[in-house]
This record gives sequence, structure tokens and C-alpha cells, in this order.
Amino acid sequence: MKDGATIAAISTAVSSAGIGIVRMSGPDSFGIADRIYRSGKEKKLCEQKSHTIHYGYIVDQGETVDEVLVMLMRGPRSYTGEDTVEINCHGGVYVVKRILEILIENGARPAEPGEFTKRAFLNGRLDLSQAEAVGDLIAAQNQYALQSSVSQLKGSIKNEINDIRNKIIYHTAFIETALDDPEHISVDGYGEELRDAVEDMSGRIRRLLESFDNGRLMKEGIRTVILGRPNAGKSSLLNILLGEERAIVTDIAGTTRDVLEEHLNLSGISLNIMDTAGIRETKDIVEKIGVDRAKEQAQQADLILYVIDSSEELDENDREILRLIQGKKAIILLNKSDLNMKVTKEIVNQAYLSVYEDIGGNTSGEPDPELIKNEGNYAFSETDDNGEKEKNVFKLPIIEVSAKNLHGIDELEDNLKKMFFAGNISFNDEIYITNVRHKNELAEASEALKRVKESIDAGMPEDFYSIDLLDAYEKLGNITGETIGEDLVNEIFSKFCMGK
Amino acid sequence: MRFSANSVWVSKDDYDVAVIGAGHAGCEAALAAARLGFRTVMFTVSVDSVALMPCNPNIGGSSKGHLVRELDALGGEMGKVIDRTFIQSKMLNKSKGPAVHSLRAQADKARYSRTMRQVLEDQENLDIKQSEVVNILTEEKKVTGVQILSGGVFPCRAVILCTGTYLRARCIYGEVSNNMGPNGLQAANHLTDCLKELGIRMYRFKTGTPARIDKNSVDFSKMEEQFGDERVIPFSFTTDPEDVQIDQASCWLTYTNQTTHDIIRKNIDRSPLFSGMIEGTGPRYCPSIEDKVVKFADKDRHQVFIEPEGLETDEMYIGGMSSSLPEDVQYAMYRTVPGLEHVKIVRNAYAIEYDCIDARQLRPSLEFRDIEGLFSGGQFNGSSGYEEAAAQGLIAGINAARKLQGKEAIVLDRSEAYIGVLIDDLVTKESHEPYRMMTSRAEYRLLLRQDNADQRLSKIGYEIGLISEKRYQRLIKKEELIQKEVERLKHTNVGTTEKVRKLLETYNSTPLTSGASLAELIRRPELSYRILGEIDENRPEFPDDLREEVMDQAEISIKYEGYINRQKKQVEQFKKLESKKIPEDIDYDKVKSLRIEAVQKLKEYRPVSIGQASRISGVSPADISVLLVYLTM
Repeated sequence: MKDGATIAAISTAVSSAGIGIVRMSGPDSFGIADRIYRSGKEKKLCEQKSHTIHYGYIVDQGETVDEVLVMLMRGPRSYTGEDTVEINCHGGVYVVKRILEILIENGARPAEPGEFTKRAFLNGRLDLSQAEAVGDLIAAQNQYALQSSVSQLKGSIKNEINDIRNKIIYHTAFIETALDDPEHISVDGYGEELRDAVEDMSGRIRRLLESFDNGRLMKEGIRTVILGRPNAGKSSLLNILLGEERAIVTDIAGTTRDVLEEHLNLSGISLNIMDTAGIRETKDIVEKIGVDRAKEQAQQADLILYVIDSSEELDENDREILRLIQGKKAIILLNKSDLNMKVTKEIVNQAYLSVYEDIGGNTSGEPDPELIKNEGNYAFSETDDNGEKEKNVFKLPIIEVSAKNLHGIDELEDNLKKMFFAGNISFNDEIYITNVRHKNELAEASEALKRVKESIDAGMPEDFYSIDLLDAYEKLGNITGETIGEDLVNEIFSKFCMGK
Repeated sequence: MRFSANSVWVSKDDYDVAVIGAGHAGCEAALAAARLGFRTVMFTVSVDSVALMPCNPNIGGSSKGHLVRELDALGGEMGKVIDRTFIQSKMLNKSKGPAVHSLRAQADKARYSRTMRQVLEDQENLDIKQSEVVNILTEEKKVTGVQILSGGVFPCRAVILCTGTYLRARCIYGEVSNNMGPNGLQAANHLTDCLKELGIRMYRFKTGTPARIDKNSVDFSKMEEQFGDERVIPFSFTTDPEDVQIDQASCWLTYTNQTTHDIIRKNIDRSPLFSGMIEGTGPRYCPSIEDKVVKFADKDRHQVFIEPEGLETDEMYIGGMSSSLPEDVQYAMYRTVPGLEHVKIVRNAYAIEYDCIDARQLRPSLEFRDIEGLFSGGQFNGSSGYEEAAAQGLIAGINAARKLQGKEAIVLDRSEAYIGVLIDDLVTKESHEPYRMMTSRAEYRLLLRQDNADQRLSKIGYEIGLISEKRYQRLIKKEELIQKEVERLKHTNVGTTEKVRKLLETYNSTPLTSGASLAELIRRPELSYRILGEIDENRPEFPDDLREEVMDQAEISIKYEGYINRQKKQVEQFKKLESKKIPEDIDYDKVKSLRIEAVQKLKEYRPVSIGQASRISGVSPADISVLLVYLTM
């Protein structure tokens, strides 16, 4: 048992399901719930009977987050044997995670995997055979703990955190070496140097934290942007993929004026799909904003679905889009294949290559190594057996689809899967934090660094800095799954020359 | 094959405890056992080498000074002896926080050794005997006695191994390799075989020492003189501070240079370390000069301290230049150092290899897990340093005695003492080099200060029976006074009077706009308890012998209260896991869901508590959860 803390976790799968449950267990469950729950009648949850359900709202700093049903169970008559509160809210990744976050801001701690069950067992709520299952559960966690805690982190975050950790341990080791060997090494005045380093590290941690606060968490998944000329059928395509009428579809070109965003799961692959305003030269100011935003989205996308109305000739707007997708992962969809197709794969191919050459791309020789490295949709020439140039190729899939009769949708899914599993598309490599526990550790690391700065400002001796530096080091290590162990001693010996 | 004597005879003397070795660990172990009422015999290969300091002429230093103070607070001897025999003393890190202040004294080596020997000789219940112990005798995994080289058997109920660097010792420099112990003393060549037969896992470690030179061949005008502190603070809480205000000897600072480094680099292939002649593992914190030059090639010079070995000798120690290079290279390199151009070497530098144990076979009490009544301490346990050795010797001696008393062993934890950190690290962590104490190894060092060692440990020392009633009463009185004074300072307010304003102005401290407590003012870095004396009208009179200590403690506990409280909180968390004991007979194979690596590690180390288990590398936090669940079932 870790402590008598109140723990919280999302107990339904994080998905777009209709309803989500956030569960909280521990001595302060009711207190925390009361802090964030409002109902019409000024009801206090802690005064309510056990095993009752209450309608109301979750409110965060005066702002209503969601309409909820709250279920109260007092210990020992609950699963864990402790006071337990379950908040039934509207499903959807964002809302559920937001509520969990609010609970944590109000004093709960994120539950570890299996912790509810562990508490249930330790409070005598499970019999022995069930308890063994708990062991297995923890074991399963054990097997994957390190792996998943690391793989949850995108490489870039891990690198960023490791880099900050390396800096912390370096500075700590310097201070410690000087303290251990004061006659050889002086640490006098090191505070000034350290202050800059700490400010830099704090800034980096703050940016990681902000990436969480920005609400980026709800956008977990491959950022997919649908581009195309107005009325190419982008919204219809989105609706087909989502299986619901979400975007407004009309026959009037330019209906979608803003960016719509949806989360969807396609054969197990998580996509955040953004439908955009059609791209065309326009004088309508509102539409113009939409177009600009679409371009902006395209820049940040992990994957672009470019929808072409194959019943109409390519025009300057299409060339604009082809320019936009240069160097990006994209799938080109020739929509309206049920109509008379004026645009074929070959035509798109030629258009792409001419745009590519326009912007200085080289199609006559080997593919640009930079583009290969970035796994871009490079163009290159294939040669025939005689070594003669045969034809230019570019590596974007082009699929004929029809939003109307669902033709080609399977092929699109197959292509998506292929690209994903081949590693051709991956998450946007921008650094951001999505895991609440990680966020908490970061916040604590940030606090620790703040204390280092306070110690420097207060003119405390240098040995006080390392106490909080090591604290920050440990907290960051909790994210990457590494403990302090002998790190400090090893760093001291490898980086600094001790006397004697 | 263990040593087999031609004739066996049995000693008529009746002993409870046998201590093997008379170094710093052996001395403390023997004294503790004898003082706790057990008839004790201490064996040594040379009575002239009791409490020998074969390497540096210092006691204390960063974190090692803490060990000596803790040892003293528990009733050990080292602090008292160095207070009587030091020739220079410094409080290191004085400009830093109180947690890292550390005493370091230059010892008069010969006098230190003689004085300690006298203490041993004067000790009731304690005999010293010059003999090489060749066998530990056991019956059913229980100690029954020891056997010496002549075949003599000394029956006893507990044995404490403190063999230091003597087991199968080999001294090496250049192409020379001698099978002898430090300072040319006889090595102990037989005991290792017996220990191996008892199933004890042995390591081979290496360490080294610089040359000793003739003072008359040194040109001190080319060096910087290093003085001791003006006001010396004693190591022992029992020493009257006035007794240590002596005329102090000086040390001298000089530097190596590029020529020195060139000579070393040119001859590096002649070093036994680089040629592979030395197989033992050397310490990283105490690198030889050739190590430093190779590893830190960008440094254009290294410091060299020339330190006296004593007042009645002309030998001096070259701190910072230990080496195992051939003697001709040693001459050449030393003579490139300013002031040493014409230096004469009395004893050359050398590396030494010796047998020691993998200390993970020990319980935290320092008793071998699998051999009842067999204890060990000091360099034999894989540590280095006089102070580390003495601290372990004391604990081994205490616990051997307590075992015979039928009492529970004394185990200090990481939040109680550096000694606790030292022993926990030794018995828990895998180590491939001699272990040296460092302040960075102590997680809760703000609580483990050298200034409060008595408050942390003397009550334990009193319960053990090594601290006198008088000393205990003094401590109780001191704690009372500190507590009262802290309360008073927190509740005494000063107003915005002219006197206060002036005082603050003198010390460049922000003026008060309303009243403040004295405690609040003490927390300001530019102010101190003593400075505030002027505006603290009701300051009580303290007894002479406690005044300084009470003032210091009151100030520290107020000034660093925030930090101290945070560490205390961390300690609470730590203690929770530490107090969850793991039964000795636990069968890890039966603990479902532990990872295989964890099972192997746990079986190997057999930790006594969940806390200790959590510090074993290869045991993950999830394994700890599994164990916790299992233990609750």
C-alpha cells in the first residue's frame, strides 16, 4: 500500500463511447467531489446517503465542464472498501480526461494500474483466489510497466526529458564533487551559473506542461487533414468514415468554412480527422479565413487526405494543394468515380511532378536523400534495363473512391493500415504530454527546480541546491521509468577528477 | 585447501570474542566487545602495527568526518584518539551549509598508533596477541573458535574478521611484485582458503598509495603553505575544546605540470595497471596520478599536497600522486613538480591487491548470514578508508556482543546515520571497487549533520552501554535547552525600534515595517543567532560547557527549518517501507508474479525489509508491489 491517498482514474475505455466513468476512491473522495460538483439545490454530496445517484454538473473555476450523474458509495460497502465516487459523464476523450484532471487538481492522485483492485484486496474485499488474480494483474503490469511507460512517451519527449535529466545530474555532480573534495574543486559562486541552467530547464519543463494544458491531449492520434477544392466531397468522405452526419453537406461549394475535427478509430488506428474549408481563391472574408486555417492545418498534419473531384478538370487550386502536400504523407482520393472521370491517376501523377519541378525538385536523377530520410513523398525517376530514363514516379497512393456508393473506401482503409504499420506515418513529432501521471511528475519536477531557484535567490549555500536538483531528477525519472540508483556517484567519477 | 597445522594445541585462555586484525576496524571492534563485558582477544600479524595508517596521514574529511563523530556518539574510540594526536585540523566546507561541514585532521601517525595501542592495552577484558589466524573453526555453521599458524586453537563464541588489506596481499610497482601487506608488513596468506571453504564469496580489490619523501629535500618556498583553522573543533563530544587549541603544523600545496604528464604518458606502458599485471579493481575516487592523466587528459595540472606524517619524523606524504609506475619513473615525475626538483624518496609509491568479500553475504548487523557468530568489518568488507573501517568495526563489535547477550542487533538505517548508509550500501549494492563514503550517498544529509551526531546517536550508545550516565545526562540537558531556546526565539517579537533598525542596516538587511520574531530574522541569510544578540534582551544564560552547542543547534534548526521539515517528511515515507520486514524463511519461488530477475536477486540478497529490497538493482517498483501484496496475504 502506498499511502492513504485518494486515487482517481478513468474506468471506462478512453474512446468516443456514449458515456464515460471516472472513479475515485479514498478518504477524501467525497470532499473532492463536493469541491467540483454543483447541483440546482446546493446539495452537499458528503451529506448524502450511501449508494445514491445525484444529477448535477462538474464545474471548474466557475465554468461548467459537463452534465453528470454522480454515484456515491461509502466504505466499507464499496468495491475498494473505501469511500468511492463514480462520475458518469458524457463520453469522449476530452471530457473524461478533463474531469480526471480536475479531480487531480483538487487533491486526488492518479491511480496506478490495478490500484483499485489492490486496495480492494488490502481492505479485505476480495477473497484469496481473487487476490491471486490481483497478483497476476500486477505482474502483467510488471511485464509491461517499463515498456509501456516508455512507449507511451514519444521518442521526442523521452529525449527531451532525458536531456534535461542529464543536465541536472551534471550540475548536481559538480556541486557534490566539490563538496566531497573541497580542497581540489571550488563551487563558490556556482549559483549564478546554475541559475541560468535552472531557468532554461524550467522553461523546457514548462513547455512540456503547456503542451498538456493546451488541450492537446484530446487530439491524441494521427493528425489527419482532409484537403481539396470546394465541393470535392471532403465532408461526405468524413461522414462516411465517421458513419454519422457530422459535417454539413450541401451541394453549395464552400459550405464548410471552418475546420471540423473528429476522432475516429479505423481498424485500430487512431485518427484525428480535420475537415477543412475547400481551398480556392476567394474574396469572401469568412471563407478566406477558413482557407488559411486549412493551409495551416495541412502544414502540421501527420497525414493529408487530398480529395479531388474527378469529374472536373484540375485547376490552379489543385496545383496549390499539390504544392501544399509536397514533402508530406498523403493519400490522393479521386472522388466521384461514379461519374464521368475527367481526372485519371496518370493526370494527377503528371500534375504532381510538374509542381514538384516548379518548386525546384529534381526528377531526373536519384531521389533527394533529405526527402527519403524524412520519408517524404519524394519523386524520382525509374530507369529501364538499358539505363534509359523511363518514367517519373512519385510515391503517393492514388485511390478512386465514390462517397456516394462507398466504392474505394476499403482500399483507403487498407492503404492507411499499410502506411501506418510500415511506419510511414507516425504521430506528429511535436513534443506533447498526454498522460496525467506524467503531467503530475513534470509539475513536481518544476516545483523542485523552482525551489532550487529560490535557494539561489535566498543566498543559500550550494549544498542545498543539490537536494532539490535530485528531487527534480527523480521526478523526471519516474516518467521515463528510471531510478536514481548510482547515477550521481557514477557521474561524479566520470566527469570530474577527484583528488587524493 | 585450508591450512593444516602439524600439531594442534588448545589455548587455556577463555575468550568470548576473537577479533582478527588490529587496524582501525579491529581496534573499535575489540574495544566495543571488551567494554560490553566480553573477554576478547585481538590477533595481529604485528603488534607494532596496531592502528596503523598505511596511506594518508588524515582522519576525517568530507563525510568521513561525519563517520568519526557518529562513531564517537556511539561510544567509539577514534575521535578521542585523533583529538589527542592531531597536528593540524580544519573544518571543511565551512562556507557551505551545516550538513556538509566536515572535520579533517592531520594525524601524527606514530603517535596515533601508539596512543590507540595504549588504550587497547589499558582496556579490561582485552588481550592483544601477535599471531596469524589461519582457520575459522565452525560446527554446524556456527563459530567455535579460531586457529593460529602454530596450530593453536582459541575457542570462542564470536569472531570478527577485520583483516583489512592483508589477505593474500601483493604490493606492485613497475615490474616489482611482492607478496606482502602494506608498509612491507607480512601478508596473511592462509585464511582466504578457509573462508572459501566456508562458502564465502571473495573479491580481489586494489588500492594504492603515493610515495613518502624526505622533508629536507623539499623546497617549500615554491609551494603555498596551508594552515589549519584558527579555532579548532574537536572530533569527540567528550573532548574539552580548549584542549585542542594547539600549535599546528602546516601542509603545502603545489601542482603537476605538462612535463609531469609527458613523463607519465611516455611510460604508461610500464604501469602494471595498463599492462594487465594488476587484476584487482581500483577505486575511482582515489585514482592514481597515471589514471588522472589518462582519464582527464584536458586538465593541464593537478594539485599536489605535501603533508607531514608526524612531528617526530621527516617523512612527508605526497597527496594526489599515488602511483604504481616503476620507481625510476616515480623519481622522474615527482622531480618535475615545483619544490620537489631534488626530492628524495624514502618509501616509493605502490599499488596493493588484497582479498575481500562480497559484503552482500552479510546481514545489516554485519554478521554472516550463513555462519552464526561470524562478523566482519572494515576493508575486508570491500570498503576503503580508516573511518569507514572504524565505523564498521564498532558496529560489528557491538553486534557480536549483543548476540552473546541475546539481544537484538543494532542496525542504524539510512535516515539515522552515515554509518547506516555505509553499511546498507555495502550489504545491499553490488560493488566492484572499494567503497568510500561520500556526502552525496546520504539521501537525508540535512538531518545527518556532524554537529548533531550526539543527538542522533548517543541515546542508542547509552542503551548499548558504551555511553556513560554522565554523558547521557548532559545530552538530555542539552536537548532541553535547545528546544526551549527555539521556542523562545519563535515567540519573541522585536519591534521597529531604532536599535533594531540600526542593526539591520549594519548587516545590509531589509528594514522591518512591522514587528517580526527573532526566528524570522535568524532565517535571513545575512543574519545569525549571534548577531541578533544585541537586540535579544532576554537571551538566557547557558551553562559554559553547553553554550556554543546550544546556540549552534538553535540557529540551525530555525535557519533551515523548511528544508529540514521536507527531509523529515521524506524520512517518514522511507521508514514505512523500512519497517515492513520480510520473514527470513520467505520462499520467493512461491511468490507468484515476481519477475524471474527479481526472484534471483531477492534470493541472492535476502533483504530484511521491503525498504532494503527496493534498493536492490533489478528489483522494480512493481516487484515491490507484488511483495507487499504477498506479505499481506
